[in-house]
Amino acid sequence: MNIQIRPILVALRRHKAGTLLIALQIALTLAIVCNALFIIHQRLTNLSEVSGVDESSVFVIRNQWAADWPTPQVDAQVKADLLALRQLPAVRDATPVSGGYPLSGGGWDNFVTLTPDQPKPVTDSAVYTGDEHYIDTLGLRLIAGRNFRPDEVMVMGTQQSITPAAAIVSKALADKLFPDGNALGKSFYAMSPTPSTIIGIVDPLHRQGVDQYSNGYAGQALIWPLRADDSRGIFYMVRAKPGQLAAAMREAPQALYAQSRMRIIDPKDGIQDYATIRRKVFDSDRGMAILMGIICVVLLAITAAGIVGLTSFWVGQRRKQIGVRRALGARQRDILTYFLTENFLISAAGVALGTVLAIAFNLWTVTRFAMSPMSMAYVGVGVLVLILLGQGAVLAPALRASRVSPVEATRSV
Amino acid sequence: MFAYYLDLALRSLKRSPGLTLLMVLAIGFGVAASMTTWSVFRAVSGDPIPWKSSRLFVPQLDIWGPDSRKKGGYTDISDAFDYTDALALMRDHRGKLQSAMYQVSPSVVPADAAKHPINVSGHAVFSEFFPMVEAPFKYGSGWSAQDDQNRSHVLVLSDKLNQKLFGDVNSVGKSVNIEGKDYRVVGVVDRWNPQPRYYDVVNTGGFVGDGAEDVFLPFNTAIDVGMPNNGNTNCNEIPKEAGFIGLQHSSCVWIAYMVELDSATDVDSYKNYLDGYMRQQQQAGRFNWAPKYKLSDLPAWLDSEHVVPDDTKVSLLVALGLLIVCLVNTAGLLLAKFLRRSGEIGVRRALGAPRAAVYAQFLTEAGMVGAAGGVLGLLLTGVGVACVGWVLPKDIAALARLDVSLLAMTLVVAVIATVLAGLYPTWRASRVQPAWQLKSN
Repeated sequence: MNIQIRPILVALRRHKAGTLLIALQIALTLAIVCNALFIIHQRLTNLSEVSGVDESSVFVIRNQWAADWPTPQVDAQVKADLLALRQLPAVRDATPVSGGYPLSGGGWDNFVTLTPDQPKPVTDSAVYTGDEHYIDTLGLRLIAGRNFRPDEVMVMGTQQSITPAAAIVSKALADKLFPDGNALGKSFYAMSPTPSTIIGIVDPLHRQGVDQYSNGYAGQALIWPLRADDSRGIFYMVRAKPGQLAAAMREAPQALYAQSRMRIIDPKDGIQDYATIRRKVFDSDRGMAILMGIICVVLLAITAAGIVGLTSFWVGQRRKQIGVRRALGARQRDILTYFLTENFLISAAGVALGTVLAIAFNLWTVTRFAMSPMSMAYVGVGVLVLILLGQGAVLAPALRASRVSPVEATRSV
Repeated sequence: MFAYYLDLALRSLKRSPGLTLLMVLAIGFGVAASMTTWSVFRAVSGDPIPWKSSRLFVPQLDIWGPDSRKKGGYTDISDAFDYTDALALMRDHRGKLQSAMYQVSPSVVPADAAKHPINVSGHAVFSEFFPMVEAPFKYGSGWSAQDDQNRSHVLVLSDKLNQKLFGDVNSVGKSVNIEGKDYRVVGVVDRWNPQPRYYDVVNTGGFVGDGAEDVFLPFNTAIDVGMPNNGNTNCNEIPKEAGFIGLQHSSCVWIAYMVELDSATDVDSYKNYLDGYMRQQQQAGRFNWAPKYKLSDLPAWLDSEHVVPDDTKVSLLVALGLLIVCLVNTAGLLLAKFLRRSGEIGVRRALGAPRAAVYAQFLTEAGMVGAAGGVLGLLLTGVGVACVGWVLPKDIAALARLDVSLLAMTLVVAVIATVLAGLYPTWRASRVQPAWQLKSN
């Protein structure tokens, strides 16, 4: 098949403005769609991040103390609470936590160094605290070393800073600190004068945050054997027996209030299961993905409709010429090819300009909004989508054109 | 004449309903997307205290030095105060009004023993906080400078907490038990929940939804009774001592600070004061780097704290992009539509219509498409604002409001944008050569 490009270009010169407008529209659509796709993909990737927690059966209780107790009294109460929680029929295990928990949003993090006076830290680590039940309660996978022993767990009072000698770290942190492996038994400093020795490694373990800063140190977290007896309050993480999450979430607050009434567990959001925690922390990511998705769909629909509209107009305008071509021996297929090729040429010009715009817009957002640079794959996908969209949109008017009868040539307008 | 053009436009639009519908849909969606994201952007970027924001300032002191910034990869000096410097600035009292403040979350024990204690949120502030932020009082007022000094056990309640504890009565003079200690109510703030919560954006990020603050109590009193800080604490090094006392003795930053300065001269002299203060600290051997401080007015401060989330800005940009594509699309369709009527234009021109008449006729038609698109845009914006909580974080989405100005703007933007998009097609239409058209027909 011999496609004649020259006559198409000559014909387009007669519709300069229309051609330019379609090309411009395709270019802008490409620029926006690429960047939106990039944002959508980024955010959806965030949504599926693994926490390392047995999310189907773990929940968190935010327990605030209603009295200003000294640390020993808080400690006694925390121990009693934990005992009561662990004895509940629907509960498998429970642990006291502070400084946040995986996917809690904000929380405690420390810079980590290998020597006490190292000026620039190796990395930043999320800091979790818990007792010897931490790993079992969260359902973490211990891939090396051992769990904490009960005698290693220390008491941490209100705004007190204690550096335990032992720590369990995530594999991501272990690999970052000791890239050649063998992190077990080695020591690090987490903004403290004394070192902590790695006694165990878990994998995976998500940080508290899902923000830009946390993502820079993805999966790097350490657990210290501490019972945080803060006079303000404490979080209890509880793991229900399989399938008994609802029952455990009902029993737990009753058991705690039976222990002591001098506490506040917010009836609205004091107890949250992990489905809720995950939904909340990724709220803005999900929203952004949906918003960008809606905008993409609207944009592509409008551009496609625009192409249909303008091509239909051109077809209507050229009925006589088409009739002449048909009368001179052009087949229906030739007419169809003509319009498809014409659209392809315009689209090609549009996506060429659009590619430049897309990259420029992305680079601008990188400098202005701390977004990450976009991979060219998104531009590739966008180009493909727009070319196909253009060809699809032009198909109906082109088919109509191809059915113009040669008789039209003889009719005067 | 205008009525005639309206009639012509209506006839023309009716002649190709598909094309017309397409243009109206494009304008409607484009305008609605832009207006919805604009309503959110407008809400989060608004000035919380427009009549005064240029006179409110937030100082920053470089007490951690350049090494700390290198370590953490930051460029700005720390955005909160440690206890020592906050108190020193309060003592020197160089602004017209000023207050150091920190976030607290104590529990209130109801007098009725059968009721559960409740957890409340609030700030420990100085007496000048209330006149500085112009908090509206329903009953009573703030406390006095004397109360600050005497570490009096007084407090200011929110309207909401007052309702909860006492019912809707003037509770001034009554007593509230907070963690075992009695405080005398001196004032009740009438519904007041500025967005963003500009006096302490470090702890709130700016937006806290509908959770207005429940209590305000004197800073010195809160320190005295050891009411710990419930907000962010940032440390350059681990405090040497434990507990809340240890935090007060450390270089950790956890206190917000705001000062009112009424004239440019006052601002200059306050800058001089900060400079002098930092020099003095350096000479006293507290640090060995060049003294550095910053004094930002409220708008600059909100900007540097990124109170408007990047997501909101990116959404607005993308939605504006959508609007532009819709306009380009409309321009293309109008062009096709207008040029199809070259014959009609030729006849009108030959019968003596000047170019201006052609302009008026076709811009009327474009404006009509814009108005129809605007009406559709109104409906879609209404839907968009109602559903925005579905895609944006609740505390921010809750601020987006549908009001008369937004609705009016939707219509105006739709009409003006469409008329702009119609300018080129109209110009082309006005260039139609009457002789040509008449001959070829």
